[in-house]
Amino acid sequence: MLELVTTKLEDVANWGRKFSLFSYPFVTACCGMEFMSVAAPKYDIARFGAEFPRFSPRQSDLLMIVGTITEKQGPALKRVYDQMAEPKWVIAFGVCASTGGFYQNYHAMPGADQVIPVDVYIPGCPPRPEQVLDALILLQERVARRDGHSQLRLKREKIVLEQARAREDD
Amino acid sequence: MSQKVLDALRAKFGDAVVATESQHGDEVALVKRDKLVAIATWLRDDPAMAFEVPVFVTCIDLLDWRPVKAPGQPSSTRPAWDNVDGKAPRFEVCWQLRSFSRRHRLRLKVALVENDLKVASLTPLWSGFDWQERETFDMYGVEFQGHPDLRRIYLYDEFVGHPLRKDYPKEKRQPLVRRSDLVGDH
Ligand code: SF4
Repeated sequence: MLELVTTKLEDVANWGRKFSLFSYPFVTACCGMEFMSVAAPKYDIARFGAEFPRFSPRQSDLLMIVGTITEKQGPALKRVYDQMAEPKWVIAFGVCASTGGFYQNYHAMPGADQVIPVDVYIPGCPPRPEQVLDALILLQERVARRDGHSQLRLKREKIVLEQARAREDD
Repeated sequence: MSQKVLDALRAKFGDAVVATESQHGDEVALVKRDKLVAIATWLRDDPAMAFEVPVFVTCIDLLDWRPVKAPGQPSSTRPAWDNVDGKAPRFEVCWQLRSFSRRHRLRLKVALVENDLKVASLTPLWSGFDWQERETFDMYGVEFQGHPDLRRIYLYDEFVGHPLRKDYPKEKRQPLVRRSDLVGDH
């Protein structure tokens, strides 16, 4: 019975989360132009509740990696990610953030997921705003289904903790 | 265009000017390494030259470089360009200069062999060359002697090697961080 209540409560919380994603745009390159376009009235990401960019990772739960990540930026990206509160989600915006794109050389990281986990990848150089909105809807579904990477991680940690407790009780 | 700059340079420095070239209105002078500072100082201070603007510094890696024969031209080899004390040069460092008052420009080049990548810095003469000489050092490993602060400018200190050299492996990466939870990786 208690489990049913907490599950339902979490569903309500996730319903809230999915319509109020606070994004932290980690904008490093030309994809930023397309990010502005999705954020601006024509495509209007506000319709999906994710219009409010926070300029501190501590206040946001959606990290948008917009543009090329260089090897030199890796530690900064990891630090930004680590500063965000759980549960958090990550979108790799554009091929550069997803795979390194056309940069196959000494300076570009072959995808931001070399350093932090990513939930949704958006291909395109840069992606069309519609693709970004599509990715956001995909992410909202994942939030509601509770299978964002940090939600899964929390679940895993909870299970591990419970198993440890059960062993102690024995 | 400013062939007269090249003529003046040759008249004044003679043998120190190894070779000259004029292409599409761009004058290029390959000079001896040990005369570089004297020549550059003269170019800056002589009222008829008055090169007051430093445009850029860069380096050319000649590894595997072969002269291309232009159609209709007898030969495009550049013999004087092709040896430094009998050895084939690996790098050419070039400084592009410009004069607004005299309306001419000139590219100064110095050829370097692979195991002796030292050349005088022109930053003491034109402070505008400061960061670009650092970049050239960063990317090609050319050591600019007399530069006030010769450190890497773009890459991190942990980086080993100089990535714009033609023999730097194209896909070689030197990561600073990687995820610890990636399977079978790092
Ligand atoms: S994916 Fe294309 S548009 Fe986006 S940052 Fe990379 S190069 Fe720029």
